[in-house]
Amino acid sequence: MNRIGIDVGGTNTDAVLLEDDRVRHAVKTPTTPDVMSGIRTALARLLEQAGGTPEVDAVMIGTTHFTNAVVQRRQLSRVAAIRIGLPASASLPPFTDWPEDLADLVRGQVHMLAGGHEYDGRPIVPFDAAGMREVARRIRDSGIRSVGVASVFSPLNGSCETEAEAILQEVCPDVAVTLSHRLGRLGLLERENVTLLNACLRDLARSTTRAFGDALATSGIRAPLYLTQNDGTVMLASEAEAYPVYSFASGPTNSMRGAAFLSKREDAIVVDVGGTTSDIGSLRNGFPRDANGVAEVGGVRTLFRMPDLLSLGLGGGSLVVEEPLAVGPRSVGYLLTEQGRVFGGEQLTATDVAVAANLVELGDRRRVAALSPALVRACVARMHAMIEEGVDRMKADASPVPLIVVGGGSFLVPDRVPGISEVVHVPHQAVANAVGAAIAQVSGEVDQVFQGLSRERALAEAQRLAEAKAVRAGADPSALAVVEVEDLPIAYLPGNSLRVRLRVVGDIARAGAPRS
Amino acid sequence: MTTTSLSAQQIESLALGAWILGTGGGGSPYHGLLNLRRLYRQGARVRLMDPADLADDAAVAVVSTMGAPLVMQERVVDPGPMVESVRAMERYLGRRFDAVMAVEIGGSNALQPCQIGAVTGLPVVDGDAMGRAFPEAQMTSFAIHDLPMAPLTLVDVRDNAVIVARAASWKWMERLSRKACVEVGSIAATCKAPRTGREVKECGILYTVSKAIRLGETVQAARAAHRDPIQAVIDAEGGRRIFGGKIRDVDRRTTEGFLRGTATLDGLDGDRGRSFRLAFQNEFAVGWLDGRPVVMTPDLICVMDAISGEAIGTETLRYGQRVAVVALPAPPILLTPKGLEHVGPRAFGYDLDFQSVFAEAR
Repeated sequence: MNRIGIDVGGTNTDAVLLEDDRVRHAVKTPTTPDVMSGIRTALARLLEQAGGTPEVDAVMIGTTHFTNAVVQRRQLSRVAAIRIGLPASASLPPFTDWPEDLADLVRGQVHMLAGGHEYDGRPIVPFDAAGMREVARRIRDSGIRSVGVASVFSPLNGSCETEAEAILQEVCPDVAVTLSHRLGRLGLLERENVTLLNACLRDLARSTTRAFGDALATSGIRAPLYLTQNDGTVMLASEAEAYPVYSFASGPTNSMRGAAFLSKREDAIVVDVGGTTSDIGSLRNGFPRDANGVAEVGGVRTLFRMPDLLSLGLGGGSLVVEEPLAVGPRSVGYLLTEQGRVFGGEQLTATDVAVAANLVELGDRRRVAALSPALVRACVARMHAMIEEGVDRMKADASPVPLIVVGGGSFLVPDRVPGISEVVHVPHQAVANAVGAAIAQVSGEVDQVFQGLSRERALAEAQRLAEAKAVRAGADPSALAVVEVEDLPIAYLPGNSLRVRLRVVGDIARAGAPRS
Repeated sequence: MTTTSLSAQQIESLALGAWILGTGGGGSPYHGLLNLRRLYRQGARVRLMDPADLADDAAVAVVSTMGAPLVMQERVVDPGPMVESVRAMERYLGRRFDAVMAVEIGGSNALQPCQIGAVTGLPVVDGDAMGRAFPEAQMTSFAIHDLPMAPLTLVDVRDNAVIVARAASWKWMERLSRKACVEVGSIAATCKAPRTGREVKECGILYTVSKAIRLGETVQAARAAHRDPIQAVIDAEGGRRIFGGKIRDVDRRTTEGFLRGTATLDGLDGDRGRSFRLAFQNEFAVGWLDGRPVVMTPDLICVMDAISGEAIGTETLRYGQRVAVVALPAPPILLTPKGLEHVGPRAFGYDLDFQSVFAEAR
């Protein structure tokens, strides 16, 4: 099986070709403002290395394009928001607690209708289908092209949302519809926020994924195209076109997943040492541990899982100050190869100290020969202490675990770290992100309240639902594994109420394999 | 009667402080805060009144939202039914209220009287009946003083209203109102037994609204100055840092309507090498350091994010979180023998004699 992984980062676009479990070829090219030509260049160089166009089973792209569009407030469409749940949840309408500049860009129309469900699946009141028809006509007349629909307790019962969709398709068939229960979890305002963000990205997602497809086609590669998601799994580009929000924060996830793959370790701490920062995360079962609390995107509260990362101001380009001794957080960043001392510049950086200490061979060693050995020793000790403390903070329990090192500044990491069983350096560590994209699997998740079932039966039912979702997304049904189960008994609710969150993952089905 | 108009900034501080006083329970005040921001933008204001200014025969509405915090994530709290629960009680009693107050200053219920006050103009009494958060009706200073528990009104968004005219005991009041609450979707606005001004002054826990605002302001000021918000809270409120560490394990289960469970923490920094176990029943109840009980209800046990100082609820405790466990002093009424019968460790099923963290300091 041949897979191509592409990571489109802020600075570099990396691409790798994997043959089964081996990295065959890897390239690094600058990211271009239009993104696409950078991808075309990366693919062309990758195929050049491979000496032709091999049979490829899948291409996976990881991109920050959609996150950046929200953060930078550009290329967003105006949307209509439909909330179904009146008379409940009436006081806080859609777009509540959004940054004003973003709401002004995205808020086209806001409609609130009677309907929705209770926690136990009973309707709050009957769905106002006649009102929905009127709303659909107003959307059609306004020229708005994208709609987000959120109904109260729709993760338990999505029927109000699907009824609304049917009416929209009948009255204004050209409008793109995003339904909140397809995006997930309990938490009305946050789920609705994600639905509206998704709706405002639909136009951009369509043009971007099609451009990705074109870049692939012009490279002569015929393979299904996937986009990576924030949970380390992928979805088909044709689906990603409808769910661009799932790509949010996929970069750090890909880096950690790539580290797990390259080191063949599933439970470990990962440190990614870049030019300006070192990001430390924790892998469990091959997936990053999620951050606590509410993840915000562009100032909007969401329900997304984001990897729990500790970012230290220490990287290869970190500036060294001698008196009093300090390393970072200021950095020369991507200008290291111009401004660093071993590269002919005048700035003293972490990399220069590492060269002087014989930790790495880079540039011209003679240019740091005059540094005092005491300063070099003190600097190295300081950098090691920073990393050791960060690693300890991210460790989730006392037993020793491996530390996997990736990124261009990996030589800053000491060979021995307290609480760490071994420090693992891996080949291709500079393109770990693209490797992480290439190996991504397909997932399915449920987050739902089960009532009147024993715990075992509730968990089994949750697993069945999650597996069906994964297979719909392109997973090979024969090898699905549960990677996450969380069950939370609900205080105050009667009848053994249990909220279950369960996630399964599996490899993508081979090209041409039947998808049941 | 003199009242102080609360600024929008004070409402923000109140929400932050109330979440800390929730000691892990009471639900996040986030939605109530959003409602109040909206009401403030529309020109409404909350007037806070000193309980000392209440006339002895003044009628005070005592309010809270009953239900499951999980349901509140979808059925977002709405000032409409809150106001209606108060109006329904007024109709039943045949007289108007002079002021409104919270049952519980900890968590989302702290903002309920503010939302009602912002809509109706009723002043909000600076006080409550718990001084923190507790899960059950009899865990109030009013119950400790044996004041009557009826009548109670319960209202939902569909304009259903229930009046519990009498109840044989606090326990029966809990059973009857809980049944009605579940039937309307496990979320309902309630107006508890009305109190006279004199009852509030004699049996309420006073000045807890201003205390919550002060607590929130302390955290905000520390964050703005890049000082440790947790130390700032400890200094300002006479608290005690009990433990610092990261959460190694969380075990939750539901029994008898409580979210019960334990969290195990491994020490960091000064507590390295030590282990802490924290038991909760909706709120944090007892903490053991290396197997020895060192902090227990009704002392306030707060778990706060080690960096931001943000309070962490029992439902959002998660593996790997880096936290500080902090104790704050409980209101004196809860520490009396009668108070401890209602809210001491034995009321939660722990066979422990209450020992305050602050005993030696007193």
